[in-house]
Amino acid sequence: MNKIFSFIFILSISIMLFTSPNNILNVIFSATEKAVTLSISLISIYAFWLGILEICEKTGLNKKLANFLSPIIDKFFDKPNLETKKQIAINISSNMLGMGNAATPSGIKGMQGLDPGNGNITKAMILFMLLNTSSIQIFPTTIIGLRITHLSTNATSIVLPTIFASILSTSLGILLLFLIEKLKKKGKKK
Amino acid sequence: MNYVIPVLLILLFSYSLIKKEDNYSSFVNGAQKSLTLIFDIFANIVAIFILIELFKVSGISDFLYKYISPVFKLIGIPKELCELIVLKPFSGSGSLALLSNIFNTYGVDSYIGRCASVIVASSETVFYVTSVYFSKTKVKNLSYAIPLALFVTILSSVFACLFCKIL
Repeated sequence: MNKIFSFIFILSISIMLFTSPNNILNVIFSATEKAVTLSISLISIYAFWLGILEICEKTGLNKKLANFLSPIIDKFFDKPNLETKKQIAINISSNMLGMGNAATPSGIKGMQGLDPGNGNITKAMILFMLLNTSSIQIFPTTIIGLRITHLSTNATSIVLPTIFASILSTSLGILLLFLIEKLKKKGKKK
Repeated sequence: MNYVIPVLLILLFSYSLIKKEDNYSSFVNGAQKSLTLIFDIFANIVAIFILIELFKVSGISDFLYKYISPVFKLIGIPKELCELIVLKPFSGSGSLALLSNIFNTYGVDSYIGRCASVIVASSETVFYVTSVYFSKTKVKNLSYAIPLALFVTILSSVFACLFCKIL
């Protein structure tokens, strides 16, 4: 992250020194303004969904979901503790319901729970991140909504391609991940 | 599709009432957490946005597109979607804005419009997710996490265009 951030930062400002130096600070502060606006929208979205999730938690639905997904989570995520398992379960189901934004809190907590604390990343953490970046959305609610506001006559026609494309690419990603991990192990044995 | 979430909400509230839970307190307690959450990730959001804007305004992105579009054409991605695919790993709201643009320019139900919809729907913003999700861990080296995620994003874009063609 540091390399990408520093590289693009230095390169783009250097370029702008020649093309439009007066704009540099304007661009930066327009960016921070957008960040604040987005954050306010996010507070509103999360306020609702986190409230709903709390109700779920109190009814014990989370625990039931975690138990249901438990064998799969154990296998893929190297047996995390119950609390982390719950967060992973919430995260995966939120993503499936197209609530990518609501999946963030459980994603953060889940990632925290998977962190061995020694500064190194684990296969489970990479897998978790992969599941979140190439999300399998069964109901892409935001996109459908956007299509409707643009007067689409067939707003939900994209649901099937989305499901196929995301399942296929996510599965390939997971396969690649296990392949890389296997190669790493072989490399270490040498 | 419009009915699913509302119905689930009704079911949840009813189930919770049957279990004699206090919906109001639970909701308020949960909602309260949104403030702390956003305060925690706010700095990450600021950093990402600065990155995106500088990337765009400096012209680096335009420069990249000139070279990337022939490559994309080879794997079946129309050149009109280049900008979206490059922006997608960086910004979710930026992608939505671009998507809206694409709807207005090429038509929401056109091949381009549908491909763009699927591309945005089938993956998340790699850098935002990475930055936010790892923000509270002690991990210093992300190993192959980002390259893998980027690769899968491009894969899903290729599949998106493919499935939009045949479905």
